[in-house]
Amino acid sequence: MTIIEQPRRTHGEQPGAGYRVVGQSPAHHDFVDKVKGSLLYAADWRLPGMLYGRVVRSQLPSARIVSIDAAAARALPGVAAVLTAADVPHNRVVELASGGLAELEVVMPVLAADRVRYLGEPVAVIAAATQQIADEAAELVSVEYEDLPGVFDVHEALADDAPRVHSAGNTLVTWEIHTGDVTAALAAADVVVEGEYRSQHVEHAYLEPEAGVGWMENGVLTLRVSTQVIEHAATIAEILGLPASKVRVIAAYMGGGFGGKEDMTVEPYLALLVWHTRQPVRMIWDRQESLLASTKRHPFIMRYRTGARSDGTIIAQQVDILGDAGAYPYLSPRVLFAGAALACGPYHAPSASVVARAVFTNNVPASAFRGFGAMQVVFGYESQMDMLAERLGLSRTQVRERNFLAKGDQIPTGEQLSTCVEVEQSMHRALEMLGEPSKPSGPAKRVGRGIGCNRHPYGRTIWFRDRASAWLSLQADGTLLIRTGITDLGAGQAASLCQIAAEVLGVPLDDISIYIGDSALNPPAGGTFATRQLYMSGNAVLNAAMELRERIGAVAAELLAAPAEELVFADGGVSPGQPPDPAGPAAAEPAAASLTLAELVAACDQRSVHASHLSVWRAEAGTFDPRTGQGDSFPDYTYGTHAAEVEVDVETGEVTVLRYAACHDVGRAINPMRVEGQIQGGAMQGLGYALTEDIMVEDGYVQSTLFANYLIPNALDFPDVQVGIIESGEGKGPLGARGIGEPPIGNVAATIASAIHDAIGVRPTQLPMTPERVLALLDEQARAEPQESR
Amino acid sequence: MTKRTVVLTVNGRDHEVWVTPSDSLLDILHDELGLADVRYGCGEGVCGTCTVLLDGDPVNGCLLLAVQAEGHQVTTLRGLAGADDSLHPLQESFLRRGASQCGFCTPGMVLTALDLVRRRGRPTRDEIRYTLVGNLCRCTGYTKILDAVEEYAAQAGPAEGPGGRAQ
Repeated sequence: MTIIEQPRRTHGEQPGAGYRVVGQSPAHHDFVDKVKGSLLYAADWRLPGMLYGRVVRSQLPSARIVSIDAAAARALPGVAAVLTAADVPHNRVVELASGGLAELEVVMPVLAADRVRYLGEPVAVIAAATQQIADEAAELVSVEYEDLPGVFDVHEALADDAPRVHSAGNTLVTWEIHTGDVTAALAAADVVVEGEYRSQHVEHAYLEPEAGVGWMENGVLTLRVSTQVIEHAATIAEILGLPASKVRVIAAYMGGGFGGKEDMTVEPYLALLVWHTRQPVRMIWDRQESLLASTKRHPFIMRYRTGARSDGTIIAQQVDILGDAGAYPYLSPRVLFAGAALACGPYHAPSASVVARAVFTNNVPASAFRGFGAMQVVFGYESQMDMLAERLGLSRTQVRERNFLAKGDQIPTGEQLSTCVEVEQSMHRALEMLGEPSKPSGPAKRVGRGIGCNRHPYGRTIWFRDRASAWLSLQADGTLLIRTGITDLGAGQAASLCQIAAEVLGVPLDDISIYIGDSALNPPAGGTFATRQLYMSGNAVLNAAMELRERIGAVAAELLAAPAEELVFADGGVSPGQPPDPAGPAAAEPAAASLTLAELVAACDQRSVHASHLSVWRAEAGTFDPRTGQGDSFPDYTYGTHAAEVEVDVETGEVTVLRYAACHDVGRAINPMRVEGQIQGGAMQGLGYALTEDIMVEDGYVQSTLFANYLIPNALDFPDVQVGIIESGEGKGPLGARGIGEPPIGNVAATIASAIHDAIGVRPTQLPMTPERVLALLDEQARAEPQESR
Repeated sequence: MTKRTVVLTVNGRDHEVWVTPSDSLLDILHDELGLADVRYGCGEGVCGTCTVLLDGDPVNGCLLLAVQAEGHQVTTLRGLAGADDSLHPLQESFLRRGASQCGFCTPGMVLTALDLVRRRGRPTRDEIRYTLVGNLCRCTGYTKILDAVEEYAAQAGPAEGPGGRAQ
């Protein structure tokens, strides 16, 4: 069931009074191929003479490489190449994920040369005539290691005498955001609540493992891979010592990514093998390899002290966040920045002191994962709100209502919120959607309800001066080509752009073809991450379409003898007159004279007016000062609330989710069905994070080595996610849209923890909330209150 | 690894292929016969992206050896397409209800659900959930997949097929 709030539209200069295509839920473009099974993913490409690749990975989490003997592997019939660090022209990747603002400069080798820093780190790479031969050759590569002391815990890593993961030190980055006098405010507070919250390593578990095919074409090293970011072409060129123009990355439609394909995965290894063998190469990482060595979500340790007045008004937030970055930087500096910037949630914090550190360990590296640091902290700040409510005898909604941010309010970075904050409306809507309370199903069962509100950024941090470009071209027959270098994770990124262009130019959706994800042929649009793609490329396509319409509209106005601003572009043609009001009973009579788009394109051609247009859209620019923690952080936020009803079995500790509702202000739903899908899918991933998913790492060894023992939600585990969509029309995306890719995963753990507390009176502080942990909390409660029996 | 010839009957057509005894059905279908709708997802029989119908029953292509499929009818999602490449009504329901996001799990989901509806006619939503546990989806949260299967089952009429296991 979906409840779509009546949109409060704010059109500004947007076309038309009502939308014809935007706001509809057409299932078109890539989805037709997907239900047919005919879409070709990265692993589905085969070329003549293609070899098969395999990465040889370290078997120790911290060791010196004494020697690598690849003779036996090379001698195996069918093996075309065995490459080690010495074969990598420039064996160094320097990420500087915050743009050099605050982090240590640490080099990551493509292939480990003299030491390995985590279990599964690549040490060699093989190409062979078949996958079986490549796998066999990998077993024959003999690496002699000398164990080195490792560090596997963030607190231990911070000790002065801790083994150093990198010589530069174990603290990759420290972010500080301070506003007001927190010490004084905490001293003056009527009540201070404190808590420590811990989250776990989590696997993206996209169903399509990391994969790609590479080949040489006209002297250009070309990779067709499952990636969120084709801009890695530049890094690959640096590794091989090639000009940037000699590497081309094509992004296949992905079988899921969730941030796990934001960093390079197979790309550098494929590139090396193609470069050395001059033959096409395919590489697919095994699921078990992916579990072992692909990047994970950062485990956070979050300590909160929240000071408030007796009426519930927050006056101080003191937050300390430690994130386990694992062995290499990847995107940890940005993830921890998002954690710091969002640590106070959708609430006022007149004084705040937030410190967030990313710490190196010899654990598997952590990097981007849907939610990106801004998600882990929701568990922290929402648990604090619940605790505050309990301490002050307020309801959980009351304490939130007293503290919600509003448009124009200042946040701890010193910025003012420039769009509306519909979080309160989302909270009431989500609670309503839960319906009447359920009764416990047995004597050992307790039912409880919880809520979790969040504020989640969309768009890159402002200091990156983000941009996206799109090229639109009307064909002679009036159909439309869109070219833009976005990548498509499966959320309808490309399809939404078609809808926006169709809305503005009046080209029927079926007459639009879109070409994406190619660093050589399409104008750059930036990767699909940070919930930026609709915001950025949506604005680029909207602007390109508006600008193109203005140019060809001048020709149409002349031919139709009508004012250009009154032209209607619809149904593959242009006509004079007022746009039809879809709400009105009778649309205006079509004007006698009208043009098909094909006729208009021909007329433009005669007048030397181009029917193609490139538009570059730039996000707002600004700066951030890491010393003061003040400045421009994110362009805008998406707000929402989830509500859940759970049943806890006090004998087994098992938590059953009975009902789940999620409501977000998406600004404008370009395609409501896809918006629902994002919210339902995000909430489901969040339920796995909250209750079942855990990549257990012991002394650097990943214990969850099989997909069978990493428990992502199946169809039976959780109830349907009910969706509420609010359309405030105030987002900074096209037509007032906000981003919705990441936000809906954020609320879940806090929501479930809140419901568990409501059911059994104990507050989970560690994820996932397994039956064992819930039982332990119940035992603790029983010991603390021996006289009281529940 | 001695290769031998086997004849695989896939989507109604016979294919003679050279296989080693250790080749999985998945690898042969995907890499040798070019059936991109049968996909590697885990190799453990957990995720269901390599689901095919073997004599009408859903099986994981990664857990079956190619040689074991000889003499059986193998159906992949592509085998459901009409002569004019038209969609099967269940595929239309998937499209209409937004049941595919990244689409990687879709072939397996459709095949497993199709078998269920053939056997059970109009399964309950819980039966659908139970039957789809071996087909994981990481994108949709399942709701729209369940909606699509329910919608199709409502149109498809009573159970049919070998055994006529109508309720």
